[in-house]
Amino acid sequence: MWQAISLTLQLATLTTLILLLFGVPLGWWLARSRSLMVEPVAALVALPVVLPPTVLGFYLLVAMGPNGPFAPLLQAFGLRTLAFSFEGLLIGSVIYSLPFMAQPVRTAFQSIGEAPLEAAATLRASPIDGFFSVAVPMARGGILSGAILSFAHTIGEFGVVLMIGGNIPGETKTLSISIFDAVETMQWGAAHALSAGMLVFAFVVILITMLIARRTGTPQP
Amino acid sequence: MKGNVFGKAAASLKSLLAFALLIFTPALAKAAEVTIAVAANFTAAAQEIAEKFQAETSRTVSLSFGSTGQLYAQIIQGAPFDILLSADAARAKKAEDEGWGVAGSGFTYAIGRLVLWSAKAELVDAEGAVLRNGNFTHLAIANPATAPYGAAAVEAMQALGLYDQIAPKIVQGENIIQTYQFAASGNAELGFVALSQVLEAPGGSHWLVPENLHAPILQDAVLLKAGEQNRFAVEFLAWLKSPPAVSIIEKHDYTLPRAK
Amino acid sequence: MSGIEARFKGAFGGFNLDVAFSAPATGITGLFGPSGSGKTSVLRCLAGLSRVREGHLRADGAVWQDADQFLPPHKRAIGYVFQEPRLFSHLSVLGNLHYGLRRAKTHAPTHRIELEPVIDLMGIRNLLQRSPAALSGGERQRIAIGRALLSQPRVLLMDEPLSALDRQSRNEILPYLESLPAALSIPIIYVSHDLTEIERLASHLVLMREGRVLAAGPLAQLLTDLSLPLARLPEAATVLDLTVQSHDARYDISQCRLDGLPFFVPGRLGAPGALRRVRVRASDVSLITHAPGGSSVLNILPARILSSHPASPSQMLVLLNLSGGGETRLLSSITRKSWDALALRPGMDLFAQIKGMAMTSG
Repeated sequence: MWQAISLTLQLATLTTLILLLFGVPLGWWLARSRSLMVEPVAALVALPVVLPPTVLGFYLLVAMGPNGPFAPLLQAFGLRTLAFSFEGLLIGSVIYSLPFMAQPVRTAFQSIGEAPLEAAATLRASPIDGFFSVAVPMARGGILSGAILSFAHTIGEFGVVLMIGGNIPGETKTLSISIFDAVETMQWGAAHALSAGMLVFAFVVILITMLIARRTGTPQP
Repeated sequence: MKGNVFGKAAASLKSLLAFALLIFTPALAKAAEVTIAVAANFTAAAQEIAEKFQAETSRTVSLSFGSTGQLYAQIIQGAPFDILLSADAARAKKAEDEGWGVAGSGFTYAIGRLVLWSAKAELVDAEGAVLRNGNFTHLAIANPATAPYGAAAVEAMQALGLYDQIAPKIVQGENIIQTYQFAASGNAELGFVALSQVLEAPGGSHWLVPENLHAPILQDAVLLKAGEQNRFAVEFLAWLKSPPAVSIIEKHDYTLPRAK
Repeated sequence: MSGIEARFKGAFGGFNLDVAFSAPATGITGLFGPSGSGKTSVLRCLAGLSRVREGHLRADGAVWQDADQFLPPHKRAIGYVFQEPRLFSHLSVLGNLHYGLRRAKTHAPTHRIELEPVIDLMGIRNLLQRSPAALSGGERQRIAIGRALLSQPRVLLMDEPLSALDRQSRNEILPYLESLPAALSIPIIYVSHDLTEIERLASHLVLMREGRVLAAGPLAQLLTDLSLPLARLPEAATVLDLTVQSHDARYDISQCRLDGLPFFVPGRLGAPGALRRVRVRASDVSLITHAPGGSSVLNILPARILSSHPASPSQMLVLLNLSGGGETRLLSSITRKSWDALALRPGMDLFAQIKGMAMTSG
């Protein structure tokens, strides 16, 4: 059980870090670009919110496999498939949790608007400088919300892991899978303990997110 | 004139009633006469059986599919199933022992056949030697703790003395359908799946695992407490043993216990 | 020291911008016109925040924009004060001030605008550790101005910095703005649609209408140009930059001088030698053909009629040149009946009675 918890925490932490690295610039692009591609990309990113995780998991399973489009790339690294591996799970989690990072970040960047960034430019800040010294700190509420939601979402993720994980202890057997197995094998005690833990965890996460939203929600003129 | 107006009103009332009936018909149909919880691996066969039963007896049947574990959890939480078609013998027995099922009502309605299968043609030879030469990275099996086919797969590998050698390469699907997906998508080169799944799929290669390598995969049916007073449920269980039902079961590549 | 030469042409949002003007190397150039005339657009083009199809801009002794190049805003040595303060809410007041200061290119130390004097100039010492959110509108705008100054601008651009403020905050900030030209030897472009602000601050004026430049030149000249709409406004006025000579404490009146002519203005205007701008409304100037024997009016000055313009069926607008040997002009608004009764005509010498005179900062 502890192995599953530790694995899940590792997965959620790495997923969140990767999403901070990619999701924040993506949210920035979605908020600021005038490209015609913005809405199609936004819709693509939002897909995991509406798609059943099993659908996403199924496509990931196919995409990651030896008959998938990335097979030549995988072979170059001496791999047949990314399924049944921690790395594969990580990729799946990043895709699956991406909207939970990109959406709040996009909204936060949008609500900042052009004004402070123009001010930064007139104060000799280059666009990249302005991004890090003005946009990111002013959007910190949204970025933090995104990080917390992504982390929590990854912790609770089930369908995708189920579809591509293969239930390998210490590699792909996460907390939610453990709970499922416990229910399946009628180990009610373990199922209760893990489920109650998840429940409390989810409550705390949502509470923290709401508190952050309340503290940083009122934009300062 | 007045009568005509009334006549019109009566006509529209009639059509309203018809419309209401049309709307509520599906709901009425849902109040089925027999409600059955079916293990996922038996889905296709169960649908065909239910259709035939309904055609012959004009009793309405409602089927709920899921893993046996899920279905069992629902039953003990009070789900109103009349019958459980389990994927194994153990949980049908457990239902009887714990009082959720009617004592003595259980029987084996089908026996599953385990195959070693690959989506690749010619990977699996007729003797299953591929297991021994280890020319693969992943072998998919169903979760042996919950799925009878998974347990049978483990037993077979143990009987061959290969389990410890293969164990690091094993990946688990939560049920036999997912296990089949792992193998069919090629992520796992090999998979222990149900014969009924393989024969419907074109291509690939398989080895029918000899029945002496594992305990038989007995799938038992049991009459649940909720169905004890339902004569249609009893009727269905009896019909499940009849030749028309048996022929459907066999068509789906399950075998039946030899007559004693 | 170098001025600005600008030409911008192209579609801009809903309308076409087509302007060309220059601004002197020092002092405030007012960019004046009704709302929607393109003032802010011009300022944004000067800053590089917006870009029109055709643009040429020379500032700070370099080309900032022409057919081949476009210097992005962060590479232009500008200070920009927006209509709203646009302070960074995640930084303290001091953090905001440091933001531009830290990023500014260091000029020769003699030209450097230091933090301490700006804090004093803007009167914000007691606010430094506060968050912008906790400040009043006037305080915020003062900080925004300070922040722009500390970015070591070679051109200062101000977009109606007072428009969003109440009267009290406005009066708080105006003295700081008035002191800027003396403190900085850089061109300052000041956008406003409030003529009294322009009259008080600017030495040069660019008059805009519907995306075009109607006229440009020294403020006094444009204010008294009868062909321009400014002189025809009911509140038309002349500004005079008087040199304070002495103050008579007995009557609390200051004697000043302009073009060798004496002016008397009530109150203490400043130390002897100080330059003070006063505003004379055209309607406060009456004309008499002969020097009066006795009059309660203090300022009666010899003048010559340059031209006239019938402003309405009843009113005649008269442009005068004060006969002090200089180019000082004065607007007078009289009735057409008087104009005819006195048989006034251009070239005539007469006297102008100034009934009222007020410091623009009064």
